[in-house]
Amino acid sequence: MSKELIRLANCTMAFDGEVVLNNIELSINDKEFLTLLGPSGCGKTTTLRIIGGFQRPTSGDVFFDGARINDIPPHRRNVNTVFQKYALFTHLDVFENVAFGLRMQKPAIGKAELVSRVLEMLEIVSLRGFERRETASLSGGQQQRVAIARALVLRPKVLLLDEPLGALDLRLRKDMQNELKRIQQAMDITFVYVTHDQEEALAMSDSVVVMDGGEILQIGTPEDIYNEPENAFVADFIGESNIVDGVMTADGSVEIFGRRFACLDGGFAPNEPVDVVIRPEDIDIVALGDGMLTGTVTNVTFKGVHYDIIVDFKGFKWLIQTTDLSPVGARIGIKIDPDGIHIMKKSRYSGLFGDYSSYSAEYDEISDAAAVPAGTAQEADS
Amino acid sequence: MKRRTLAVPYVLWLAAFVVAPVILIVIYAFTSRSGGFTTENFSAMGKYVSVFARSFALALISTAVCLALGYPLAYVLAREPARRQRIMLMLLMLPMWMNFLLRTYAWMSILENTGLISRLLGFFGLGPLRVINTPAAVVIGMVYNFLPFMALPVYSVIVKIDRSLIEAAQDLGGSPRTVFLRVTLPLSLPGVLSGVTMVFVPAVSTFVISQLLGGGKYLLLGDLIEMQFLGQAYNPHLGSAIALVMMVVVMIFMFFMNKFGEGEDKAVII
Repeated sequence: MSKELIRLANCTMAFDGEVVLNNIELSINDKEFLTLLGPSGCGKTTTLRIIGGFQRPTSGDVFFDGARINDIPPHRRNVNTVFQKYALFTHLDVFENVAFGLRMQKPAIGKAELVSRVLEMLEIVSLRGFERRETASLSGGQQQRVAIARALVLRPKVLLLDEPLGALDLRLRKDMQNELKRIQQAMDITFVYVTHDQEEALAMSDSVVVMDGGEILQIGTPEDIYNEPENAFVADFIGESNIVDGVMTADGSVEIFGRRFACLDGGFAPNEPVDVVIRPEDIDIVALGDGMLTGTVTNVTFKGVHYDIIVDFKGFKWLIQTTDLSPVGARIGIKIDPDGIHIMKKSRYSGLFGDYSSYSAEYDEISDAAAVPAGTAQEADS
Repeated sequence: MKRRTLAVPYVLWLAAFVVAPVILIVIYAFTSRSGGFTTENFSAMGKYVSVFARSFALALISTAVCLALGYPLAYVLAREPARRQRIMLMLLMLPMWMNFLLRTYAWMSILENTGLISRLLGFFGLGPLRVINTPAAVVIGMVYNFLPFMALPVYSVIVKIDRSLIEAAQDLGGSPRTVFLRVTLPLSLPGVLSGVTMVFVPAVSTFVISQLLGGGKYLLLGDLIEMQFLGQAYNPHLGSAIALVMMVVVMIFMFFMNKFGEGEDKAVII
């Protein structure tokens, strides 16, 4: 594996006594695309700002290439940042924005080299010909690219990106995701990316760091995070999950709703209560008699590639994604393969996520926000 | 159509109290006491060149001092926590809510030969320092009275500069000094321009300050004009001509100021 470039050791950050980062440990490898993922207020931006040097951790150490950099100000770090709202200099044109950092370099860079490096960078972000444009006259995506070029022209070892695609529309966001991945590979440097968008995180990253409440919940590849979530929060935050209470009866056997299911996990205490994650796409609909569980369809939504159907099992509602239509009111059986069942230890998030009882209410809220308060709709449905 | 009717009261006001007086001044400036057309009022102005020069010099000095004091003040103020900002803004504006004449009288007694400063210096065996009735006293009076007009516009521009622009500049390798010179300063120029305008224009035409603190020894344009309308020298035609010339000079001055500002915006880096 490649070597470690950045390490946060026991980093805690508190503002006016309020802890926003709680003793985190994070190691970032050279040339990797690492994403800090979590809901707003989870501490992901603070973590990024500590690496960038805009914030000094209340306690703990930051290492860069083995050296402690707690006291190094931002302008002396070999790290550059793409800010959330780009933070382009409005009093300068595109060329001067990109040249800004080069003009600060010591020893000074010759004019010819400066021009060629700026133009080369504009080429990489597909903005050749825009040199003399005012930044205010550019579209969001173009401004974004100026911000990236401005940071990358300094050839940093690490590029920090703070929700850089947040202000763009969906199509552009998808394009820019590919673009960013391409740039990262072309420049062959480390990207540390902050987002609350799990799809973005899964699509681009080599490693994903899931955060909540100032703590790191899980670090892993996108596949690990999706397939082997550490707890109910991660399972719910990354993709759709049905999370139900279960009891491990033995290694490879879990009891849900009084029925035993085969699974691949083990190493739990006998009869240990656990959280069981079942992804909506891992559930097969079968004939009533063949099912491991039977339930009633209460809601069907057409999503294009598949249907989202909500099935009521003894009052607990599951989300199932299927390409076969089962009408509302139908009684169906379901089957889950052992590799579709993932067992997690109980955590402080147990019981908070993965219940689709309010699913239809959510849809009501979106389609007709003013009509019914969510609570009422939920009651009417169940 | 409907929107426009809302502007009618102001348009009427404008016509009656801005446009009409300017026209009247132009008419007065180009007529003699007997009522006929003349340019004599302008040719007579030659002997007042020194007054013009003095007025502009004192106003420029005052504006420069206001800028030198007001910019750092505004810069520091904009970086303070919100609560302290409010208190400091209050303190800055507090004197403005006190009567202008009273404030200037107060400075008279402070600067007097037997005033507070002289006595304080005398206590340490220094002085006596003669300040009252000197151009310095006039400048002090102007700076004291007009400083908020410099500090406030500069402050309101600096406080709105996006914090992330400063961070971006640091991130790109800018030391605190270069960040200030290449980002904060150019972005705050609009505030500086309006501050300069708001200080310079009243400073060039003031007459109370020069009379009270300059002891009437240093005739300024304001005094000269006042004399033509209210004083013994009663000659509203000459007064109008002087006012007109002053207005034109100020306009030219402002025009170049703004031109310079526009250029500055971009010139700083290139």
